[in-house]
Amino acid sequence: MADGNGYKVVGTRPIRHDGVDKVTGRAKYGADLNFPDMLFGKILRSPHAHAKIVSIDVSRALAHPGVKDIVTSKDLPILSENILAEDKVFYKGHAIVGLAAVDVHTAEEALSLIDIEYEVLPAVTDVAKAIREDSVVLHQSLTTNTLGEKTGKPTNISSHVRHQNGDVEAGFAEADVVVERTFTTQTVHQGYIEPITATAKYNPDGELTVWTSTQGAFNVRQQVAGILDCPASKVRVVPLEIGGGFGGKTTVYVAPVAALLAMRTGQIVKVTMTRDEVFEGTGPAPATLIRLKMGATKDGRITAADTDLFYEGGAYPGSAVGAGANCMFAAYKIPNLMIDGFDVVVNKPSSHAYRAPGAPNSSFAAECVIDEICQKLDLDPLEFRMINGAKEGDRNPIGPRHGKIGYLETVEAAQTHDHYQVEVGNGKLRGRGVASGYWGNGAGRSSVNLTVNQDGTIMLLEGSTDIGGTRASIAMQAAEVLGIAAEDVRPAVVDTNSIGETGVTGGSRTTHATGLVAIRAAESVIEQMKEKLADHWEVNLNQVDFADGTFLNSDNQISFKEAARICSPVVGSVTESTTGAGGAFGTHVVDVEVDEDTGKVEVLRYTAVQDVGTAIHPSYAEGQIQGGAVQGIGWALSEEYVYDQKGQMVNASFLDYRMPTSYDTPMVDTVMVEVPNPGHPFGVRGVGEVPLVPPLAAIANAVSRAIGVRMTHLPMNPGSVLKALNKI
Amino acid sequence: MSRKVHVQTQINRENVEFLCEPRQSMLEVLRNELDLTGAKEGCNNGNCGACTIIVEGRPVNSCCMLGVEAEGKEIQTIEGVATPEGLHPLQQKFLEHAALQCGICTPGFIMNAKVLLETNPNPTEEEVRFWLAGNLCRCTGYDKIIRAVLDTTETTGVSTNG
Amino acid sequence: MQAFDYVAAKSLSEAVNLLTKYRDQARILSGGTDLIVQVRENHRQVGMMVDIKGVPEVNTLSYNGSLEIGASVPCYKIYSNEAIKSNFPALVDATSIIGGVQIQSRASVGGNLCNASPAADSIPALIILGAQCVIDGPNGERSVAVEDFCDGPGQTALESNELLVKLVIPTPTPNASSFYLRFTPRNEMDIAVVGAGAAVELSADHQTFVSARIALGAVAPTPLFADDAGSLLAGKPVSDESIEEACEAAKDIATPISDMRGTATQRTHLVGVLTRRALNGAINRIKEGS
Repeated sequence: MADGNGYKVVGTRPIRHDGVDKVTGRAKYGADLNFPDMLFGKILRSPHAHAKIVSIDVSRALAHPGVKDIVTSKDLPILSENILAEDKVFYKGHAIVGLAAVDVHTAEEALSLIDIEYEVLPAVTDVAKAIREDSVVLHQSLTTNTLGEKTGKPTNISSHVRHQNGDVEAGFAEADVVVERTFTTQTVHQGYIEPITATAKYNPDGELTVWTSTQGAFNVRQQVAGILDCPASKVRVVPLEIGGGFGGKTTVYVAPVAALLAMRTGQIVKVTMTRDEVFEGTGPAPATLIRLKMGATKDGRITAADTDLFYEGGAYPGSAVGAGANCMFAAYKIPNLMIDGFDVVVNKPSSHAYRAPGAPNSSFAAECVIDEICQKLDLDPLEFRMINGAKEGDRNPIGPRHGKIGYLETVEAAQTHDHYQVEVGNGKLRGRGVASGYWGNGAGRSSVNLTVNQDGTIMLLEGSTDIGGTRASIAMQAAEVLGIAAEDVRPAVVDTNSIGETGVTGGSRTTHATGLVAIRAAESVIEQMKEKLADHWEVNLNQVDFADGTFLNSDNQISFKEAARICSPVVGSVTESTTGAGGAFGTHVVDVEVDEDTGKVEVLRYTAVQDVGTAIHPSYAEGQIQGGAVQGIGWALSEEYVYDQKGQMVNASFLDYRMPTSYDTPMVDTVMVEVPNPGHPFGVRGVGEVPLVPPLAAIANAVSRAIGVRMTHLPMNPGSVLKALNKI
Repeated sequence: MSRKVHVQTQINRENVEFLCEPRQSMLEVLRNELDLTGAKEGCNNGNCGACTIIVEGRPVNSCCMLGVEAEGKEIQTIEGVATPEGLHPLQQKFLEHAALQCGICTPGFIMNAKVLLETNPNPTEEEVRFWLAGNLCRCTGYDKIIRAVLDTTETTGVSTNG
Repeated sequence: MQAFDYVAAKSLSEAVNLLTKYRDQARILSGGTDLIVQVRENHRQVGMMVDIKGVPEVNTLSYNGSLEIGASVPCYKIYSNEAIKSNFPALVDATSIIGGVQIQSRASVGGNLCNASPAADSIPALIILGAQCVIDGPNGERSVAVEDFCDGPGQTALESNELLVKLVIPTPTPNASSFYLRFTPRNEMDIAVVGAGAAVELSADHQTFVSARIALGAVAPTPLFADDAGSLLAGKPVSDESIEEACEAAKDIATPISDMRGTATQRTHLVGVLTRRALNGAINRIKEGS
């Protein structure tokens, strides 16, 4: 039950509204639709990491019984190279041909009947090689945009940004200890269990319907309309339930191809990726190379930080190096700073967002160097963070001042937690690591439509697809305002024809932005009901009040339900480009044990502290923290894209792309610190992304302390730990 | 394409017949021929458990079973777990513990956990984690799933038949 | 997936006849957890799937002097069997870690053997237990020692018109036990980077090795019977020194490659570690009387 914070619904744990459908298998996800005479689409993808397409011959495939249509990039009204390649392919898995057939096996057979002649080119799949002068260049037209100016020379470095403050040389001179390290991380995937899918139907009257699992139906609408060169108002995107996204489903891959095939065949076409296509054909998180030098005085004050961040954008520019730079030192006060960030193309899938994109990589470096400084100064790492930690009014070292934030509160909560009080244990190689992290969180446009029913229940229509319990958290916010139970709000996620524009369920924006809009819609409903009751009671409007779910004037007092009977239907419809998101911090504590004979790292205990502002539904806020922490365990210890000499991924399956199982992880204890965000009526801060920012360094610090060797390369798989231990 | 085979089987205590090619997996048959879309395709090679169904009382990856192998067998899918009387205790505990976020892995976990509890009504945390290692979840980090399963014990009346 | 025909054989002779008729086009289907995936991923071409799950002879599981395991008996029946738990614990070790519970509902030891992956978990366990493979074909029955059954990755001693019917494992002597373990990066669901099994017989006072059989997985084109490593223990005292000697010999016998699951150096190192753990595991089981 809500206690202490004065809320009746916010802070409670009702059963989520879509829960029964999801535990009974009734909920329909993107690939669950079946229509009579539906065609199945498949995509032929490049087997080469880098090649010119010399010729494409689809005649044998077209002649195969059951094949209805075949398309290439020349059939797309607007060229979109990552959807269907034009005359070059830039990664193994790059889509080239789409086809539709009567069943999925026929479609697969037809793929093998397509004849493509390639001129194979040398490939580069390592950022360290791609930045060299002598590297293979992917795009002759790409030159570096360096600090705002283009160099004009073909390169793989698409952009160079810099953040600079103070004088780092002076800062290092002032320091008593300076640590300089180079860190690498490998390409990792969001790992959503549900593969990419889209089903499309084209009506002769020109309306295109796309059913898909997506983090943003309006994004899909805009992209599909753009590529097919038709008005967005003619594209209806119906978001089905989504089986995980983590940022990876905020863009389209197969939807334009399904739509194109549907338009040309006049039949409904479903295109669903296989798991290896997901690995090779969608955007993973970038591999990175980071050099970092930091200095501190012997009493534990950071004096300077100088870093070069090289992030792989994949086949096309656009890695999250900018966000990485913004978040890297957000938790600290650093007077002298130099960050140079580089976005680099390589022959890998075009990188895309993965939970706080860019920040886990840069924080890995920062939080590990800080830990090493603490070791050299013999200072407790949490105490170090109390000394240097930022609070309201301090500047993020890259510039903006923090508003009300709860960073120090997370460090204090970690310090006083039972986990930090007990010894890490002895006998084997054991170590404890801590790390912090930050994410700015998003706001932006959302729309909500509330209808009051006669029985006092509320229909709540929204455009925010529900990845992890937002139907519940948004319904709860409306319920809180209206003074009714969460169960009396019936949320529905509707299509792009049925609700105003709404941004992605991503960027940790939804509970804040869509919640805010739901609150406004609820307030509008209350105002309208007051007006109707003023008429009904024959009093002036200013004599009608609403408080605690009750409408009253000096003579009357009725509950919301009773008022609904009198006033309904009442509709509150709001669209707003919201602002006021609150950035958030997390601090994690991890204990590990290392088997010195095998190099295996076991995570013994995990505590994740995070400032959530106000937890609307604590269970789902906890769930975000736990999920992010375990993704971090995978990224730190076992996940990576493995490439062969020809630049081809060799482990594109769940067998050898190793995500943690239930047998690999401990319980994840969560501590939710609540420093309310003034930008939201209930103090909400985004929770979804922060939790993936600290784990990489927290685990690396734990392993480093356990084995007495600084670990700077991820993943810390058993082979690399054995090397660090000098056993092999 | 080879000739379709006529298969007679029992799914969720109902007699079911279907036609399928030998190359169609049980997962494809459930999803494409029988519109039982509760079992999900996550990997199609036995590494994620999202397609888990119960065959003759045992949890099975339906992607690694042919539709024709269902002949004469007793099969249960997620659609057959709840009854008109209500949710199975496991389903109820999953909801109470918030043991699902996106929910795509949930049917597979429930089918596998159901057999676990029928085999071992009071498992330890380690036994639960080991048994469920064949089911991947990317959203929850497993914590609340394990708690939900541990909280569902014989005392809450887990059915031991079907 | 390529199209294929399917027959659920009702008898051994029907299965043999189908294999004889279709030869290389036919493949025996038992649990299917390897085969279906291989056909789907175009690693194997099959024109005729011969399902033997309905054939009585491949489903037997009995312990009467020796242990007989039909080729189609799924893993879960093996690790739940009391006689196997007591007398052949390495088989329990191996079958309970193949692929997860769902795989174990269908996958069989016979299938694991016929799939002949160099990293197969059940094969080192079968080798150390001295299993014999009973094979049937149009020319009748024959028997092959399990350590001679695999010829190379995915290749076995079976002719294309033959099938594996059952495995026969001799009764262990008193003061003997066995142990199998593997190394994987995750705690479950992975293919072995290295596997090691040891079957040990000790003297009545548990101070001396009477005999030992060691087998290794994932460090050669087939699962390896490390004959020299095991036989050097005969007559030696049960001590860290003897065990280290056997481990070094095992490392010399192994011929691992480097692939995405591990480097040759890492694997050689792990052979030493796992052989030690397998031997100690078997010895502890003897001492604990289990």
